[in-house]
Amino acid sequence: MSSTAPTTAADEFAHRATPMQKVQSSLHRYPWLSPLVVLALLLVIFGVLGLVLGVGDLENLFKPGTISLMLQQTVIIGTLAIAQTLVILTAGIDLSIGAIMVFAQMFMANLAVYTTASNVTFMAGQNPVLAVFIGLIVATLAGGLNGFLIVRFNLPPFIVTLGTLSIFTALTLILFKARTIQGKEMPDFMLLMSTKLEIGPLTFTLGLIVMLLLYVLFAYILRGTAWGTHVYAVGDDPAAAELSGINVKRVLFSVYVVAGVVIGIAAWITIGRTAAASPNVAPEINLETITAVVIGGTSLFGGRGRLLGTLLGTFIIIVLDFGLSLAGLDQAYRVLAIGVLVIAAVAVDQWIRKVKV
Amino acid sequence: MTTTSTTQPIVQAKDLNKSFGRVIGLADCNFELYPGEVIAVVGDNGAGKSTLIKCLSGALTPDSGEMHIDGEEVFFKSTNDSRAKGVETVYQTLAVAPVLDISENLYLGREIRKKGILGTVFRSLDKKRMRKEAMQSLNDLGVLTVQSITQSVETLSGGQRQAVAVARAGAFGSKVVILDEPTAALGVNESARVLKLIRDLRDRGMSIILISHNMPQVFDVADRIHVQRLGRRAAVVTPQSHQMNDVVSIMTGAMTVPEDQQQLTPVR
Repeated sequence: MSSTAPTTAADEFAHRATPMQKVQSSLHRYPWLSPLVVLALLLVIFGVLGLVLGVGDLENLFKPGTISLMLQQTVIIGTLAIAQTLVILTAGIDLSIGAIMVFAQMFMANLAVYTTASNVTFMAGQNPVLAVFIGLIVATLAGGLNGFLIVRFNLPPFIVTLGTLSIFTALTLILFKARTIQGKEMPDFMLLMSTKLEIGPLTFTLGLIVMLLLYVLFAYILRGTAWGTHVYAVGDDPAAAELSGINVKRVLFSVYVVAGVVIGIAAWITIGRTAAASPNVAPEINLETITAVVIGGTSLFGGRGRLLGTLLGTFIIIVLDFGLSLAGLDQAYRVLAIGVLVIAAVAVDQWIRKVKV
Repeated sequence: MTTTSTTQPIVQAKDLNKSFGRVIGLADCNFELYPGEVIAVVGDNGAGKSTLIKCLSGALTPDSGEMHIDGEEVFFKSTNDSRAKGVETVYQTLAVAPVLDISENLYLGREIRKKGILGTVFRSLDKKRMRKEAMQSLNDLGVLTVQSITQSVETLSGGQRQAVAVARAGAFGSKVVILDEPTAALGVNESARVLKLIRDLRDRGMSIILISHNMPQVFDVADRIHVQRLGRRAAVVTPQSHQMNDVVSIMTGAMTVPEDQQQLTPVR
């Protein structure tokens, strides 16, 4: 065979990367880079507007009290977004995350508190520790149901979770009759996640710390264990993963079960955060988790993304939320900004996928 | 030309039958692969090449007949069964995961965990060791033109990806590597590199089944050529005993080769 002279010339040409290509390949290697840049830009813009130009109450954004509140506010979206990241990494989507979380927290509260309004009074009045534990199991089983339907009957995750979204929303109303249980009715253990901890000038809650620990734990699981590698491989190319000897169905099923566990923990954290168990706690939560994941640089086509990006995506949503309202703008602008960011994030993802190194 | 040899075939199929409804894929098909040789399987479309190979790799289960690996009778129900017996298959479709890096791909499905509590309780992967050993096996095969072992596979060319897939097949103490049209999607230079890889694998003692439509490549690399026709073995010849157009004649049925002029025993 002839020598490789033309290939070398082509190689040389390929290595003359333009600045744009360098940006592209960096984003390709580090998917969390784009949310980091967006978050930094947001903080700079809000900083200039608030501290230099004195727009609205924006200067308050940088006070320890506001920062503490913003961090505490991330717990619901942030924790659920871990579950959503796992599912989206397998090229799936989970529309039922919010509904399962609400179902699980209502389950926990109705076990721990005796209310005449529910249809499950016969099992009320449990030990709160047992109530939380059973709630966790319920959420895990609900995740397992999603996984079972997707794997066993080869149904698209979008359709399955759209169905379970309705099912669990309805079950919440049927079993617990839409009655909000207030925090003051509940035993202390139910509200454990709202315990305040002073760290320097900031005030953390136990829920926030648990969320951050979950990020560390799942970042490790995704990058440091065989299961994590298999999640990426299955999301990237299920056929190739199967031929490599990976049991694709088992991996997929386990992802939905694990997502269920995380949703269960999020339910307990939510009771602490909102000091109540309410069926209308977070009506937008599903779209917000998907938004956090997508803004965070995880590809909706699967196999690409980092958990760190999701955490940054959650921060972006919360900072936008606080910043725009402190600037005196209507809630609608925040929704508008999120919409623009989501489309931009998906466009950037498509561009990154075409990378040539 | 036929020499009696006491060598036992590493892969042997006897009277395999497989039909799909009324379509006959294999009709009393025989096949032998001896240790350390490259056997090419050629045949016209519909001759049963793929069916034979799929039976050997466990992707299909034959209706009747026997298969032996190293003299031991085997019944493959899935590709994992054949892999467990040391038979690895490299698919035409480049079965690698593009977003994972080279070492992750080499070890996909058989990752190495750290020793001690980190590995058993925390399931921690020994990435350092996997990278080192992946580098070693790519070096052994002389395919290390890649910048780094942690480069994601999607940044590699088709030939480099195929090299990763072949290295993967050869890296885990496997005895037999089945290559299904490994050069079909590749350019001239890349094909040459993959053929060299096949020779290197053979020189390291591996036995190789190569399915190909490309006659020059078959004559370049094969020790023996198994010609499949109408679901059975029409002849086994060598690049020395027959010309390319002879092989084409056997494939199409225009020529038959008496058994005493065939090469049913290993040449190496």
